[in-house]
Amino acid sequence: MGEVIVVTSGKGGVGKTTTSANIGCGLAVSGKKVALVDADIGLRNLDVVMGLENRIVYDLVDVVEGKCKLKQALIKDKRYAGLYLLPAAQTRDKDAVSPEQMKKLCENLKEEEFDYIIIDCPAGIEQGFKNAIAGADRALVVTTPEVSAVRDADRIIGLLEANELNDPSLILNRVRTDMVEKNEMMSMDDVTEILAVDIIGVVPDDESIVIQTNKGEPAVTVESSKAGQAFRNITRRIMGEEVPFMDLKEDDSFFTKLKKLFKK
Amino acid sequence: MIGLFDVLSFLRKKEPASGSVAKDRLKLVLVHDRANCSSQVLEMLKGDIIKVISNYMEIDEDELDINITQTRSEDNNGTVPVLYANIPIKSMKRKSS
Repeated sequence: MGEVIVVTSGKGGVGKTTTSANIGCGLAVSGKKVALVDADIGLRNLDVVMGLENRIVYDLVDVVEGKCKLKQALIKDKRYAGLYLLPAAQTRDKDAVSPEQMKKLCENLKEEEFDYIIIDCPAGIEQGFKNAIAGADRALVVTTPEVSAVRDADRIIGLLEANELNDPSLILNRVRTDMVEKNEMMSMDDVTEILAVDIIGVVPDDESIVIQTNKGEPAVTVESSKAGQAFRNITRRIMGEEVPFMDLKEDDSFFTKLKKLFKK
Repeated sequence: MIGLFDVLSFLRKKEPASGSVAKDRLKLVLVHDRANCSSQVLEMLKGDIIKVISNYMEIDEDELDINITQTRSEDNNGTVPVLYANIPIKSMKRKSS
């Protein structure tokens, strides 16, 4: 039975779409059958991040309205076996779909024997958010180490729990380790202490994300990319593996050692 | 004690790192968000408190300060929200009876 995972954040621009693309791609590379669903109706972007923008014929709203079959709208990514994209409609608005229809869509995708269905949620807490979470079994909350983003994440976590999506996992994106070391940026520990949720990944701020997004190829497949490595780790954790938090842990211990040295 | 603290902070001089500032600000914002207490509610509360206390004493309404903040809980090491009120008294009212 497949699992529906919604990637959400509240605040815009923290990296939901990039996270969705990388996790989806990472899971597919690991041999899973994955459907990426762009739930941001009216502002579709996942297709561009995935480099599949030229292959769209039908979209999510067409499927929901019965204008085409689900299989017709699913774009097969030729680069990665088992990866499919269901694009959002660009010329419609969020009210074109209801939470009930999204629930049904998720059930239909499960019947297509997908192992994972990743839903890229729009920013905000209105209709689009309600649609995106309707059929989800599990939620990933993306945030960055900024007051505004963490505040919105806290609100989203509350709303997810009100909708019976308990125990969401947190992804802390765009961390600058050099700044964390100088205590000029909140650390993973700071954010998890405040939000009191489990963290499933810390992604460093990395140029390779910009470069790979420019090309339309997720960074998760780039061996040398640090952010790519972080997304590979997140992918493994989603599949149930225990993977230590390599990069930042090392920096953290170094930082605490340094702090201790100065305290003496 | 206070003297020593002043000397230490004077020697340090430096402002706290912005990471700590962010964390403190965030904590306070979330106390308000989670308590679901808007500034309007706080204003209404302020008005009611002034009304009640004015029955007994004359207070300086302009200097009145009411806020939700947090304090260390007595039971464990966590923090709990508290209603903080600083109400300067101008004069005590004499009972007319």
